[in-house]
Amino acid sequence: MVDIRDYASPVRPTWCTGCGNFAIWNAVKKALAESDLAPYQVMVVSGIGCGSKLPDYTTVNGLMTLHGRTLAVATGVKLANHGMKVVCTHGDGDGYGEGGNHFISAARRNIGIVDIVQDNRVYGLTKGQYSPTSPQGFVTKTSPQGAIEQQFNPLAMAIAAGATFVSRGWSGDVEHLAWLIKQALAHRGYALVDVLQPCVTFNRGYSYDWTRPRVYSVQDEPDYKVDDKAGAFARSLEWGDRIPIGILYRSEAVPAYEEGIPALAAGPLVNQPLLGKEREYYEALKSEYV
Amino acid sequence: MTLNEMTLKIGGEAGMGVESTGMGFAKALTRAGLHVFAMQDYHSRIRGGHNFYQIRISDQDIHSHLEPVDLLLAMTKVAIDEHLREIVPHGGVIYDSSIVVDDAALAERSVQAFPLPLAQIAEEEGGSKIMANTAAIGAAAGVTGLGLERINSVIRDNFTRKGQAVVDANLKVAAAAYRLAEEKYGGAFPFKLEARSAPQRMLISGNEALALGALMGGCNFVAGYPMTPGSPILEWFSVRSADLGIVTKHTEDEIAAINMIIGAAHMGVRAMTTTSGGGFALMVEGLGLAGMLEVPVVVVNVQRPGPATGHATRHEQADLLFMLHAAQGEFPRIILAPGTIEQCFEAGSRAFNLAEKYQCPVLIISDAFLAHSLRALDLNALDLEVPIDRGALLGNAELDALTERYKRFQNRESGISPRALPGHPKAVHAPSSDEHDEYGQICEDAEVRIQQNAKRMRKLETARAEMHAPLQYGHADAELAFVTWGSTVGPLRTAVDMLGGKGKSARVVQISDVWPLPVDKVTAALQGAKKVICVEQNFTGQLATLLRAHADIRVDALIRKYDGRPMSPEYILGQLKGVL
Repeated sequence: MVDIRDYASPVRPTWCTGCGNFAIWNAVKKALAESDLAPYQVMVVSGIGCGSKLPDYTTVNGLMTLHGRTLAVATGVKLANHGMKVVCTHGDGDGYGEGGNHFISAARRNIGIVDIVQDNRVYGLTKGQYSPTSPQGFVTKTSPQGAIEQQFNPLAMAIAAGATFVSRGWSGDVEHLAWLIKQALAHRGYALVDVLQPCVTFNRGYSYDWTRPRVYSVQDEPDYKVDDKAGAFARSLEWGDRIPIGILYRSEAVPAYEEGIPALAAGPLVNQPLLGKEREYYEALKSEYV
Repeated sequence: MTLNEMTLKIGGEAGMGVESTGMGFAKALTRAGLHVFAMQDYHSRIRGGHNFYQIRISDQDIHSHLEPVDLLLAMTKVAIDEHLREIVPHGGVIYDSSIVVDDAALAERSVQAFPLPLAQIAEEEGGSKIMANTAAIGAAAGVTGLGLERINSVIRDNFTRKGQAVVDANLKVAAAAYRLAEEKYGGAFPFKLEARSAPQRMLISGNEALALGALMGGCNFVAGYPMTPGSPILEWFSVRSADLGIVTKHTEDEIAAINMIIGAAHMGVRAMTTTSGGGFALMVEGLGLAGMLEVPVVVVNVQRPGPATGHATRHEQADLLFMLHAAQGEFPRIILAPGTIEQCFEAGSRAFNLAEKYQCPVLIISDAFLAHSLRALDLNALDLEVPIDRGALLGNAELDALTERYKRFQNRESGISPRALPGHPKAVHAPSSDEHDEYGQICEDAEVRIQQNAKRMRKLETARAEMHAPLQYGHADAELAFVTWGSTVGPLRTAVDMLGGKGKSARVVQISDVWPLPVDKVTAALQGAKKVICVEQNFTGQLATLLRAHADIRVDALIRKYDGRPMSPEYILGQLKGVL
């Protein structure tokens, strides 16, 4: 069995005391270990931002890439070696702002990636500017009169784009979050795990105390239908006094993108020979031009 | 009479089948054992406008088009108006009898009119006007004396998938047009074509040769976003991907394309993206990521005129310095600039070995003229026996034997750190695009920054030693030396041959390995030159700038062109008068 300590690293996080990333980090490690995945069987791809430093503090294969490009790099990783579990950890600016096009594409593509978005609704590492998920009226250095744009709704967007696993957790409940990530790891295609997370330095409005009384798990409702897309979409619009967490939508009926690629039926691409055909086959390509 | 030396031009609107007709005729000529150089000129539109396809035919191996046209196949009146001035005396124009032609204008230039009821033949013999193009190439074969069977073999190839009835109808149309054209105009037309016995040849474009080369170089992952003229390479791989067992991905944008190949190449496959300048502009940040993470990726930029949308379907060589400097910061990259079809194949196959050996991005800079032009090549001109060198890649046995934590960016003299692919229990690593230490961990230490930056940059010096010397053509000791890059070498070689015909000695020095510039080899190639003229298709003289900055070579003059149309040998000779 894999032990959570296998993921331990001697490198200490640079996150602020009280940062939600600690809980997310622990939940990720716990979920991976409890899924019996060893560090060498996993690729954790991140972008740039506080949360994206997660692989640096973990003994695991990974790549820390560019702001916004996490999902694009991870898609290449998955298509080259779909034998590995691919997990993305990046923030809301990375995933929903700069990486918006990749977010929509990954969702509708149903690529086999667990996409954990550390959603603190602010830019932390650049020291406090509003993000796509900041509420309207949110005052920051770049929105001095308050944000004019509407708050981005990642769950509704993911459902609309065709995502087959749409969920939300929060960093105040590590057990629930670890359970959620484990469910996402077991999912067949693209799995969004949006994680509400306080930024204790730059977004004190969304504190633990603000969030805790508002969140409730849809799984606690006995009659919640997780495969009802329209119902899930309606629930994804709920925000305010009550905020749904848990798996809002899940369908295992849709094949993952990598399942649709003929070349990958023979196993991970990286394990296949670079030139898999007989010499005569390649010589015959020339005859197309004769 | 002139035998087997002629230029045929086909002109018409987009959607009329100018390219397929030209391609069909060029293939027939290739099968007849003749040397062929074919180029196309088209607008960025799906219907209408004016496109042309130009085929030069010779008994010798040829490397470019020539301006004078001997036979024009005009599908529209506009084609005649546009190209009449290019037709040589006693040359001819084949056109449908329904087109009203200014006979006096033709007579003034001693051009022969060859009106034929092409549409009528198509309708009567084949049952549909759509076969008028078949009638036209039948007629072209008729006036030039090229055997009808040469045309028939291409018709069979092109229409077999549509059924025997369609094949038969087209064969009837071609035969009828052939007979009529031969009978009415064959006697008066002085340019003739005769089949030669020759080894089997293929008619292949730069894009196709590059794709084939990349495939033989082990490329098994191609991602890209469509952009003319780079997308045919993505399409080439896509249509064959299931059969070849490779992965291709039409991505959401070019940014995704480069980042996807970085992810894929990091995992250990041989990955490439293909685009044009605008797409490459979007890839710039990703290029730096590949540089920082030392991921071996191959990026193809088939240049077109910029900036912005520029001329979507046209030709320019103005991205050289952009590709050399693209992305913030400094990191090693290798730039290959093929200029011929054979060099496209070679660049495609070599790129992956270089990328994995030096663990850096390899950029192939092609151009629209090279990408679209076709040449008849002997089958053995492209040697598919390409050695695969995966560089310092650690195998399972070496990884099993690791006793210490794996250092992805181990500081070595060559700058090349042994590479482990993710997935081995002893080589778990998570490198960062932040400056990092030997393990790949984020590190802001000044000494580590110096160590890692210098380590990366040393790879450039290691690579420089194996960069190829410039290719040389013409008289090696000539005092007049032209220096060039990319497809301009074709017309330039022809121009130098033409100078030779007038008793003037000159040579061509073509730089195909642009970066890291093999300075000593370039200097040696230009030894003894009294006058160095740089010929390139851009405004500022980018190769000349590069030579001055990095090899301390100051060219005496520039021959440039930036109208979106490739240089012709005649243009080069015309410009030469002004700079000598």
